[in-house]
Amino acid sequence: MTRKQKRLSVIGGGLLVLGVAAALVLFALQQKIAFFRMPSDIQATDMQSESRFRLGGLVEKGTVVRGEGAKVSFAVTDHIKSVPVTFEGILPDLFREDQGVVIEGRFTPGGAFVADSVLAKHDENYMPKEVADSLKAKGVWQGEAKQQ
Amino acid sequence: MTVELGHFALVLALALSIVQAVLPVLGARRNDERMMAVAVPAAFTVFALIALSFVALTTAYVLSDFSVQNVFENSHSQKPLLYKFTGVWGNHEGSMLLWVLILSFFSALVAFFGNNLPPALKANVLGVQAWIGSAFLLFIVATSNPFTRINPAPIEGQDLNPILQDIGLAIHPPMLYLGYVGFSVCFSFAVAALIDGRIDAAWARWVRPWALTAWLFLTGGIAMGSYWAYYELGWGGWWFWDPVENASFMPWLAGTALLHSALVMEKRSALKIWTILLAILTFSLSLLGTFLVRSGVLTSVHTFATDPGRGLFILAILVLFIGGSLALFAWRAQTLEPGGLFQPISREGALVFNNLFLTTAAATVLIGTLYPLLLESLTGEKISVGAPFFNLTFGPLMLPLLAAVPFGPLLAWKRGDILAVAQRLMAAFFIALIAVGLVLYQTSASGVLAAFGIGLAVWLMLGAITDLVLKTGFGKTSASTAFQRLVGLPRSVFGTTLAHFALGVTLLGIVAVSTFATESVLVMKPGDTIAAGGYTLRFDRTESVKSSNYTEDQGHFTVLNSSGTEVTVLLSSKRFFPVRKMQTTEAGIKTFWFSQLYVSLGDAAKDGGVVVRVWWKPLVTLIWLGGVAMMGGGCLSLFDRRLRIGAPAKAKLSKARATA
Repeated sequence: MTRKQKRLSVIGGGLLVLGVAAALVLFALQQKIAFFRMPSDIQATDMQSESRFRLGGLVEKGTVVRGEGAKVSFAVTDHIKSVPVTFEGILPDLFREDQGVVIEGRFTPGGAFVADSVLAKHDENYMPKEVADSLKAKGVWQGEAKQQ
Repeated sequence: MTVELGHFALVLALALSIVQAVLPVLGARRNDERMMAVAVPAAFTVFALIALSFVALTTAYVLSDFSVQNVFENSHSQKPLLYKFTGVWGNHEGSMLLWVLILSFFSALVAFFGNNLPPALKANVLGVQAWIGSAFLLFIVATSNPFTRINPAPIEGQDLNPILQDIGLAIHPPMLYLGYVGFSVCFSFAVAALIDGRIDAAWARWVRPWALTAWLFLTGGIAMGSYWAYYELGWGGWWFWDPVENASFMPWLAGTALLHSALVMEKRSALKIWTILLAILTFSLSLLGTFLVRSGVLTSVHTFATDPGRGLFILAILVLFIGGSLALFAWRAQTLEPGGLFQPISREGALVFNNLFLTTAAATVLIGTLYPLLLESLTGEKISVGAPFFNLTFGPLMLPLLAAVPFGPLLAWKRGDILAVAQRLMAAFFIALIAVGLVLYQTSASGVLAAFGIGLAVWLMLGAITDLVLKTGFGKTSASTAFQRLVGLPRSVFGTTLAHFALGVTLLGIVAVSTFATESVLVMKPGDTIAAGGYTLRFDRTESVKSSNYTEDQGHFTVLNSSGTEVTVLLSSKRFFPVRKMQTTEAGIKTFWFSQLYVSLGDAAKDGGVVVRVWWKPLVTLIWLGGVAMMGGGCLSLFDRRLRIGAPAKAKLSKARATA
């Protein structure tokens, strides 16, 4: 091979890998991300879509019902609307009524949300940032989350 | 008094650091030896001053001096002594102080071991180290002073975040920082070379030990962090593709690429400009990681305090250093003499292949980490990019790279013969195929992905061993000759073999645990049993225990083997820390060979039982053992004669001749 061909083969190989990687990234960004929603943001189209969502809000007071075994149901609210959620598993240590949570999962056709993971923040601020920001944006923020 | 002394030392360190940032670089430009000579003593003194300041803060923690705000916010007089020490860096201010301490430590090491460096290069390197140091010292003094007093002093502190009250805090952050910050030396060498406008193979020989040191600590830091998250958070996950994890993983990927490209530069004097760029990018990714973690743009257990002023300050440092170094690169790179070309099929070609895939993989991780932040600031739409994204992008990029790893060390420099190499790897390939077949047979063909994953892991491990077998001629010569050759091999050969073998070990652990792990969530009452991975777990009782700064609800379990004999007991608990009103899960973990039984307790169920989550994690420990073995490989390479820091005998001779 000549010098030029060698150089071209290396550059061509490099571009091929980059191209494949770029295609994968673009595809994954369309298919594999989860959109963040607050209860009052949820559109009818969201409920019908197959996509995964992250639902953020507060655990509504008095809605936490422990079912059979490890089943739990509760409602997530942003003080404007609330969404019923079912979950089976162990809730995080910081999960409690009136505290911020982010849950990930899908909508059922009936409008309920089936969560496959529940995240409460694992540090001293009980309010996940996305939730705090959204509550502030909606004007229903009720002061700084309890620290200490 | 001690506290003021620490504060004063920190300010002095900043002032001296600015001197170190200016004089040696000017001296190098003007060829003024006296100005260049400032660099070494300045580097030692800055390190001594920051160390003094760090000791002062540690003293305040150990004595529980709550008149210091930082101690008040993050400590408690009843906290065990170990956590009083480690609590020093379990908060924003203290961890930044640790960051600059390690930076100045590395500068001092360069000053100490750098006797064989050309004076101008050494002066420039130490100067650039001091630029970084000055920026971060200024950041600490201006926005994150750990020595602020409060008056009147409170009686009792607010305690350390219970999640951090763990031995992991003693190991994970210092190791990770040694890795993160260690790459600053490579960065400084790259910038110094650009300022100097000269670069040769010797540059790579000087940089490689630093890159190796940083890399092995970063490897250890990431592995330790992963294990810590695994046992402490009680979710049984070992990697979450959390942005903060990605922040440490990106420099690791780029640093791994740097190690390999510096090899090409050292041996073949090729890929020079690319290696310089990689050195800059690796440390830039470390800085980006520091920004993401410390500025509060992300929420995670690592984000201690969110103060927009701090975020902006770090962002400014980030832009200055990354932008500045890349601009310098764009301006000066053409003036560097380009390296030689080589055949695509050769050791060099294999290492380029490695670099191409590693940097592309790092780029996909970067996109996945920054895209949500960008999208939110541009459109306000909040999305999360998690495991599904990375499995689809990062995964496919790793497959060809891992499959190619055994070929690399077997290919000759300059011009390799891929068919001959393939022939030599036949044995490894067939055994890997048998492994695939066995797994398919065992899982009745349902675990296709797992089978190929395990096959790939076996291929990696055997490929690494093949290299060693071929180099010693084992099987072709007498055993004693082979043994003599084995002893005579350079340590770096063992380093490569061990690190590549370890990659296979880690992969085996990842594949096994992600496909064969079993999980059950159930309500258990005393006497109930559940089967997991060939063992039976029996729930015995619950008990409440009080400790110095928490109360604990313990669940006692007994592990029985298949014949019903008691093997061991297992304790899983939930702790409640009254000062912070926080609850933590202390998972009960028992290791059987390389596999683990993992039990975490949930809340009490309404019928009197307790929700229990039980995992069987087959071969899970291999994930971290592989990481530890990779560190071992790095250490072996580091202590290779050729790379040993300090003056190699030959260089001394030639230097002596040059001066004679």
